[in-house]
Amino acid sequence: MNFWSQALVIARRDLRIEARAGEVTGVILPFAAIAVFVVPLATDTLTVRLADLGWPVYWLVSLLFGMSVALRNSATESPTQRRHLLLLGVDPVARFAGRAGAAAVLMIAVMSVTAPLMVLFYDPDGLPPIALWAGVVVLFSTGLAMLATLAGDVTVGLRARSMLAPLLVAPLAVPLVVGSARAVESVGRGTSTLGPLMLLVIADLGLAISAIVTAQPLEEATT
Amino acid sequence: MGDAVVDLQEVGYVVAGVTVLTSITLQLEPGEVLGVAGPNGAGKTTLLSVVATLLAPTTGSGTVLGATLGTPGAKAVRPRIGLSGHDPGLYADLTLSENIRLWARLAGVPERAADDTLARVGLAGAADRRAERCSNGMQRRVDLARLLMLEPSLLLLDEAQAGLDNSSEPIIDALIDRCRATGGGAILVSHDASRLATRTDRVETLVDGALGR
Repeated sequence: MNFWSQALVIARRDLRIEARAGEVTGVILPFAAIAVFVVPLATDTLTVRLADLGWPVYWLVSLLFGMSVALRNSATESPTQRRHLLLLGVDPVARFAGRAGAAAVLMIAVMSVTAPLMVLFYDPDGLPPIALWAGVVVLFSTGLAMLATLAGDVTVGLRARSMLAPLLVAPLAVPLVVGSARAVESVGRGTSTLGPLMLLVIADLGLAISAIVTAQPLEEATT
Repeated sequence: MGDAVVDLQEVGYVVAGVTVLTSITLQLEPGEVLGVAGPNGAGKTTLLSVVATLLAPTTGSGTVLGATLGTPGAKAVRPRIGLSGHDPGLYADLTLSENIRLWARLAGVPERAADDTLARVGLAGAADRRAERCSNGMQRRVDLARLLMLEPSLLLLDEAQAGLDNSSEPIIDALIDRCRATGGGAILVSHDASRLATRTDRVETLVDGALGR
């Protein structure tokens, strides 16, 4: 079985488990939608333009709930399950790619639901073309999924994992948030989207290389 | 020595300053079934993990299925090793059928064979039941079905009978018989030496990480 076939089997496994457990669709997604809705309620609209808050709230919600998607319990493998995969000869990088891929798909779903809600509640100025928004969401989700999966692997077995993993992800996700926000803002400002998109691509490539380099030793160390 | 399924020479394993295995020397010849008995905490599970190439020895040397432990070559023989431990390792939200089909896909085994193996362990009727809704005994049988399906050359069973009723005994016997017949080997570990005596050719005792008859 080749690398991509292994990754696909792992990704399908995670998506099937999510379909049964419903952690993203039943818990994370509704709370993300509520988070988008709560900010206008808590904002003094006489002094702050909601339109100016729309995209920042969107990226903040995407970052926080995106981390929850990648670090959800149903995505956690037990030591025995990891041993089974090792003994089956599954490439640790393929396993990483499958898990991050599944997380990215789920993040894209969450961001696709919260985006129209954000537009509805905040009415931001200068909406980007759908193709640009979709491209940014894919790059952002892929990067965040890789980062959170990596953080999950680094903290596997640690007692403080649920607290430590998000603390690792948040600062390292800054290039993803900045690149995504700038790419979307550039439409309203009439500036080039090339720079922010390049930042996103470079961040994603850097994370992919980190995963390739660390997947094997991390798997051996945590089995 | 070179033809042994498992050949450990003075193998030791230390983790976080704690010595778990001390100077283990043992050979498992083709077709042989070895029992390792010992009390809780003796290092039995760690010994199986070393033999399964999942842990590299910190001292000594050894080969498993011809591959030298602690080298990249050891990873190549992993698909020929079948390990069953205390935890069956099923995915709670997947059905029994989905669990075994997942392993089948990753091992390149036809899904039909996976279903057949589930039937062989008497779980065809529960194939569509989620693992979390099955008893521990049923989950253990799925784990044994995994080994039947994968047909490993080296079988490693850690407390194989724990949580299983008498109807599961023939499954374990079938796994062991297959290993004997194909020139592979098996190591069974248990805290109860009397359980091992009937299935194994010889029983070693492991106490405080050291072997002694």
